[in-house]
Amino acid sequence: MRYATPASAKEAAGMLSKERGAAFLLAGGTDLLVKLKMGMVEPDLVVDIKRIPKIDQIQTSAKGFVIGAAVSGSMIGQHKGLKAAWPGLVEAANLIGSDQIQGRATLVGNLCNASPAADSVPAMIAAGAKAIIVGPQKRRTVPVEKVVLGPGKTCLSKGEVIEAISLPKPEARTGDAYLRFIPRTEMDIAVVGVAISLKLERGVAKKAKVALGAVAPTAVVVPGAARALVGSKLDEAALEKLAAACSAACNPIDDKRGTVEYRTRVAGVLAKRAAKIAFQRAGGVL
Amino acid sequence: MGHDQKYVDKKNYEVVGTRFNRPDGIDKVTGKARYGADASAPGQLVGRVLRSPHAHASILKINVGKAEKLPGVKAIITSADLPDLTGQDQGLADILENCMARGRALYDGHAVAAVAAVDEQTAAKALKLIDVKYKKLPHVTDVDAAMCESAPVIHDRIITRGVEPKPTKPSNIAARTQMGHGDVEAGFAEADVVIEKSYKTEQTHQGYIEPHACLASVNPDGTAELWVTTQGHFVFRNVCASLLGLDIAKLKVTSSEIGGGFGGKTHVWVEPVALALSRKANRPVKLVMGRDEVFRATGPTSSTSIDVKMGAKKDGTITAAVAEMRYQGGAFPGNWAMLGCMTAFACYDIKNNQSIGWDVVVNRPKVAAYRAPSAPMAAFAVESTIDELAKEVGIAPIDMRLKNVAREGTLAPYGPTYGPIGIEHTLKAVKDHPHMRAKLKKNQGRGVACGFWFNIGGQTCTDLNIGVDGTVNLTLGTVDVGGSRSSMAMIAAEELGIPYEQVRANIADTTSLGHNDMTEGSRGTFSSGMATVFAARDAIGVLKQRAAKMWGITEEHVIWENGQAIATGDSHGNLPPLSLKEIAAKSGRTGGPIAGHNEVVADGAGMGFASHICDVEVDPETGRSTIIRYTVVQDAGKAINPDYVEGQFQGGATQGIGWALNEEYIYGDDGRLQNPGFLDYRIPVCSDLPFIDTQILEVPNPLHPYGIRGVGETSIVPPLAAVGNAIANATGVRMSHAPMSPPRVLAAIDALEYAS
Repeated sequence: MRYATPASAKEAAGMLSKERGAAFLLAGGTDLLVKLKMGMVEPDLVVDIKRIPKIDQIQTSAKGFVIGAAVSGSMIGQHKGLKAAWPGLVEAANLIGSDQIQGRATLVGNLCNASPAADSVPAMIAAGAKAIIVGPQKRRTVPVEKVVLGPGKTCLSKGEVIEAISLPKPEARTGDAYLRFIPRTEMDIAVVGVAISLKLERGVAKKAKVALGAVAPTAVVVPGAARALVGSKLDEAALEKLAAACSAACNPIDDKRGTVEYRTRVAGVLAKRAAKIAFQRAGGVL
Repeated sequence: MGHDQKYVDKKNYEVVGTRFNRPDGIDKVTGKARYGADASAPGQLVGRVLRSPHAHASILKINVGKAEKLPGVKAIITSADLPDLTGQDQGLADILENCMARGRALYDGHAVAAVAAVDEQTAAKALKLIDVKYKKLPHVTDVDAAMCESAPVIHDRIITRGVEPKPTKPSNIAARTQMGHGDVEAGFAEADVVIEKSYKTEQTHQGYIEPHACLASVNPDGTAELWVTTQGHFVFRNVCASLLGLDIAKLKVTSSEIGGGFGGKTHVWVEPVALALSRKANRPVKLVMGRDEVFRATGPTSSTSIDVKMGAKKDGTITAAVAEMRYQGGAFPGNWAMLGCMTAFACYDIKNNQSIGWDVVVNRPKVAAYRAPSAPMAAFAVESTIDELAKEVGIAPIDMRLKNVAREGTLAPYGPTYGPIGIEHTLKAVKDHPHMRAKLKKNQGRGVACGFWFNIGGQTCTDLNIGVDGTVNLTLGTVDVGGSRSSMAMIAAEELGIPYEQVRANIADTTSLGHNDMTEGSRGTFSSGMATVFAARDAIGVLKQRAAKMWGITEEHVIWENGQAIATGDSHGNLPPLSLKEIAAKSGRTGGPIAGHNEVVADGAGMGFASHICDVEVDPETGRSTIIRYTVVQDAGKAINPDYVEGQFQGGATQGIGWALNEEYIYGDDGRLQNPGFLDYRIPVCSDLPFIDTQILEVPNPLHPYGIRGVGETSIVPPLAAVGNAIANATGVRMSHAPMSPPRVLAAIDALEYAS
């Protein structure tokens, strides 16, 4: 196994594209090291991107935020601007693993691992996040909901590296929230995850985006759920419609973490609760 | 030696009953403590085990040729390298077959071959090069399914014991047990209310943090050493010597610090394999299990299916109780259902009771003891039913229990008549506890449940050696799993009349002390405590002799008080006392080193009883239960070090709550374990639980000098039912399937709403 520390995302992309054996990118390593130890992967090349300048920084501009691929969960949790702008996303990122894992785990890693249950992915989608992708030749920007194609599968072609996640500056009176269901209080994998962002106008939901995790092969955007909220003050009828739309959008599996029936049901329950939090964060009064 | 084990009410203890820091504390918090995987030897190899991916399969052929040729591979073994030396001992033969499959893999994870290589990577590579040809066989993992006529029969040799007439055909039912007394039919006829319910509990693992690990070294001359994490190195020595054909005296076993056992480290798993690898390679072999191996191939307790029928009069008197309990023991027979039968109704004085147990084999790992093995499942069924009965009769659950509680003189369902026991004391303490009066909010409920577990005595051997500076080495042979080094040092200090800090307790290896039974059955503090008292008294006898010699008087004029020899009698009263230190300093000139010794088969182990209170909040929309308050009340006989006693109460309650809420083995239709890791086998994390409150009661055991009862196990018995009763109180839903995980609770709430 070879280990490399490129000085730029482009150099990393070059290394990956030239490698004939099995190559893996290393940022926090919270997924890769587990897979290595369990014998699930046998890399010929490990490309550690942490030495790339600025890759471990959060950059703020008038347009929003750019979160480098090696920015850890705890750095996100300590970033006041980000927390004020997208508290739901920050909470989702901070739910992953333990304190120790938070010191290492990254948003981009969570995305590229392409687990259907990734906590930060629905929250990124609801917030309108985009992945900045660097290839050996060119760069491209892709909305987060288009990155994951299926369990363990992404849209990245050989040699492509996600350098950062960009987040827009939230419009006025916007709020987001992420809730997940786990049987314990922490150190667990989502059985269901629901992220919602809402923009209000005169106390009424004007725009909404709803994304579900752990209920389908990839995170699911639910336009019907968003429509249920828009134009409402989150009255009981709107919330029931939201729950029904979320449950209808579920396409889960029965596994050791939950049943189809349970996931479908709880997706609706959590959606109602998340919507109320997002609504209040946007300045709405319930 | 005629030591008197009778309890003497000593009011003023100096050391016993106070709280001290752990003698092993510094090593443990600084990481210096050496556990099973922390030993190394020159030239050591890495051992790894190849395990069956099938629930049940014939092993047609194992081709190790390619793996053997891999550079760095020093030995590969299969069952052929572990010839059967067990004679007619089927129990030992089962242990051997569990350590390494013999022609058939009996469960997912069953060891099939093992490798010793120069490093981890080579060993891993070698495992992949071993070619095993399997023929899959039909399997069964559910206890009820395994009892059906149509189930695949796992062992042709199993003919059900305890059934008349003796069955002619083999089955998966290893044994039927029945016990109890009275006439249950007459008892039910007397009842005004009869409740009948069926329950299921899923399989759980002890979940010790430290995986099984050992370092084995066997020499061509038949001498051998084993460093191992174990609850009983003397028993491991005897078992490994029998399996490998070694002489007991030539196999030196050293117990490492232990990162949890809870019964799971009373059984050998990889140790005979490591020894066999070392014997073949002629090099030391270190074998450390991965977490997935621990889950797939060691430890778990039985899953069960239990029917309970209980009847009561309107005044709350339980007139009859019957339990029929089915326990699976994994791929080999055990006596787990029998233990369920013995404990099911043990907290109560029920005139007519009957317990029937069925021990069943399935294609799962061989079941091991888990903290009060078999009792929590029986208590879940019985204590849940008692709450239902109380509801029907219209009596508060706590009063229903007090009305029927067992006392001194009650005939226990498993045979003996109880001496002084503490179950009534714990129930009264619960009834008076402020927790019982605390207000509950919406969606919250409260449950109470009782639990019983035996204590055992067994063989113990202890040495006490006094250094010339007066400090004391206490040499013990019962492995310190729960802090017994501190408790034993406290007992020695109490007897000798010296400060705790003057005593250092150590666990000896098997060549340094006589045989000691395992630390199991809540026996450590009881039996080692007894041997320590006697060894200290033995040493006091020597100290008095030496003092007499120093004074030039006869021994009968010397008494021992407060850590010093005092001369008595008219002619000697003016002699200044001699302290232990002064006597020790002169020991070289008065007869040599001063020591005390004791070997004992400790009889008279007490009974452990507890009552728990649990408050739970249930989210009616997700079925998720949160424990918001929990109190353990248990009889300790005498708490030597209250810190550790409380720790045992809290630890057992925590494990029981984990079992009650989320812990379970999940098998796929293919018979493979789906969740062999701590991510999906969900033990509680710290933030899942409130502070577990404790109350220690002391009803002395009359047959221990200090009144000690074992406290290690009982605390895991009540939680399943306490949580279930609290959920019932919060939601109106009676959960009959543990763990009471969110999907199960939500489904039960839905069913109740649908029905109404």
